[in-house]
Amino acid sequence: MLAFVLTLVLLLSIVIVLAYAERKVAAFMQDRMGPTEAGPHGSLQAVLDVLKLLQKEDIVPAAADKKLFKLAPILIFAAVFAGFAVIPFTPDLVPAGIGIGVFYLLAIISLDVVGLLMAGWGSNNKYAMLGAMRSVAQIVSYEIPAGLAILAAVMVCQSLDFQEISYQQGALINQFPGLEHEINWLFGIEALGINTTTIGGITTWNIFRAPILMVAFVIYFIASLAESNRAPFDIPEAESELVAGFHVEYSGFRFAMLFLAEYSMMVLVSLVAVILFLGSWNTPLPNIGPFSLAYWTTGTVGELSSILWGGFWLLSKTFVLLFLQLQIRWTYPRLRVDQLMHLCWKVLTPIALGVVLIAGIWRLLMI
Amino acid sequence: MNEVKNRSGFWFAVKSLVSGLQLTWKHFKNAKNRRTPEYVTDKNYFNQPDGLVTLTYPYEAIPVPDNGRYRLHNEIDDCIVCDLCAKICPVNCITIESVKATEEIGMTSDGTKKRLYAPVFDIDMAKCCYCGLCTTVCPTDCLTMTPVYDFAEVDIKNMIYHFTDLSPEQAEEKKQLLAKQQEEMAAAKAAALAARRQG
Repeated sequence: MLAFVLTLVLLLSIVIVLAYAERKVAAFMQDRMGPTEAGPHGSLQAVLDVLKLLQKEDIVPAAADKKLFKLAPILIFAAVFAGFAVIPFTPDLVPAGIGIGVFYLLAIISLDVVGLLMAGWGSNNKYAMLGAMRSVAQIVSYEIPAGLAILAAVMVCQSLDFQEISYQQGALINQFPGLEHEINWLFGIEALGINTTTIGGITTWNIFRAPILMVAFVIYFIASLAESNRAPFDIPEAESELVAGFHVEYSGFRFAMLFLAEYSMMVLVSLVAVILFLGSWNTPLPNIGPFSLAYWTTGTVGELSSILWGGFWLLSKTFVLLFLQLQIRWTYPRLRVDQLMHLCWKVLTPIALGVVLIAGIWRLLMI
Repeated sequence: MNEVKNRSGFWFAVKSLVSGLQLTWKHFKNAKNRRTPEYVTDKNYFNQPDGLVTLTYPYEAIPVPDNGRYRLHNEIDDCIVCDLCAKICPVNCITIESVKATEEIGMTSDGTKKRLYAPVFDIDMAKCCYCGLCTTVCPTDCLTMTPVYDFAEVDIKNMIYHFTDLSPEQAEEKKQLLAKQQEEMAAAKAAALAARRQG
């Protein structure tokens, strides 16, 4: 229960920061100023927006399918929020450390699609319906390259446990039960003979342990943009075509839930990308000779220092990815539906299949 | 043929995506600079190619030109109530009523004698077409255009600006004074006429 509350509070604060950052970043990239009035540099704008939404009337359209309409935001948010259960925030802090975390996460965020369809259908609105159908088609399609890219990482790590995958990508690898005798080689190639087990840092991140995962990371990142309905894959809520897509009929608290779910999804996919590919909560600084930077910036497992360092590295990497998501939104134009499907089925999926194959071969080099 | 080849393919797409990101990143980085509210003649006016272009309007604004035509203002102390402005106004937005003074009531700042009171001097800014003809004909330069352009009102009645410096009671008093003086003058005239007829 404590983990639930803590995760929710952490998530809400990240989303508030993200909503503010979105407006400021968008403004700066378009040579505007963004919010300036509420609080210093408009920093209270996102909080006030939430307060405004909470005060608004909760409108349920007369012709809506009321049960579906009312249930959809709860289901959408619950599906995304449940994904956070398996995310390891620090070396010894994970809300629910289950062994099949990756599998559970992929399964639970697929439920999101059902909620979207419920919202679109229940609204009894043509824009909502179109948006929901596009959204479902897009998310279901992009789960394939995303899943394959994740599979490549899982094959390299030989584990479905996020915490074990995290431990593997740093100097603490031998402290995880079951990994006491694991050895990390540079680029995962034992033949090179460079042992990075105690060097840690960026050299043991998954994208350097097995450089093929760099490709997997790019594929996953592109697919994750589509899964969280972000530009340039935001056709489900294309403002200029569909008003707002599946959530066009929602107002007040229910809209706030959908908004929260959308931003939580962004945070979640970025967290997963960081954990699977970018070294999770591990420091990017390696141990170099007498300067054991990796140990200094990791802390001791089980103590406060490791919680602070771990949380700091995980969140800062996540925010870098989130910033990239924002920048991409304000850089690239929206894809057409056929281009979207072309990219998914004819480009990303074949490459991802190739990456899975190469990752399997790479794993053979690592042992 | 070569040119077409250069404009397609994987690496061209990657290059174009990266250059797009570079562009937005450049703008993001330059966001620490911001346009300054300077007049068009300022050296810096055309010299601010990057940074935020927004001015926080109510707090800062680009100055308007000196000969710009915005809200009218009448300096009633300098007004000789000649009614020229009301006559030239193409949209009849100036309403003036005048009352002759019984004696000289002072001088304007340029030395013209004032002989008329103005119990009503209203300008309806909602009707005004900002042509500036009234300021051109004004003999004492008391009617001018100010650099104020932001004066929207919720109630259109507030768009009528009252420039008179007389209260209704004072105006009534002046009217009675004038009537009294005219009566006296008429009486004096009648007396003079009678005297001449007798003489």
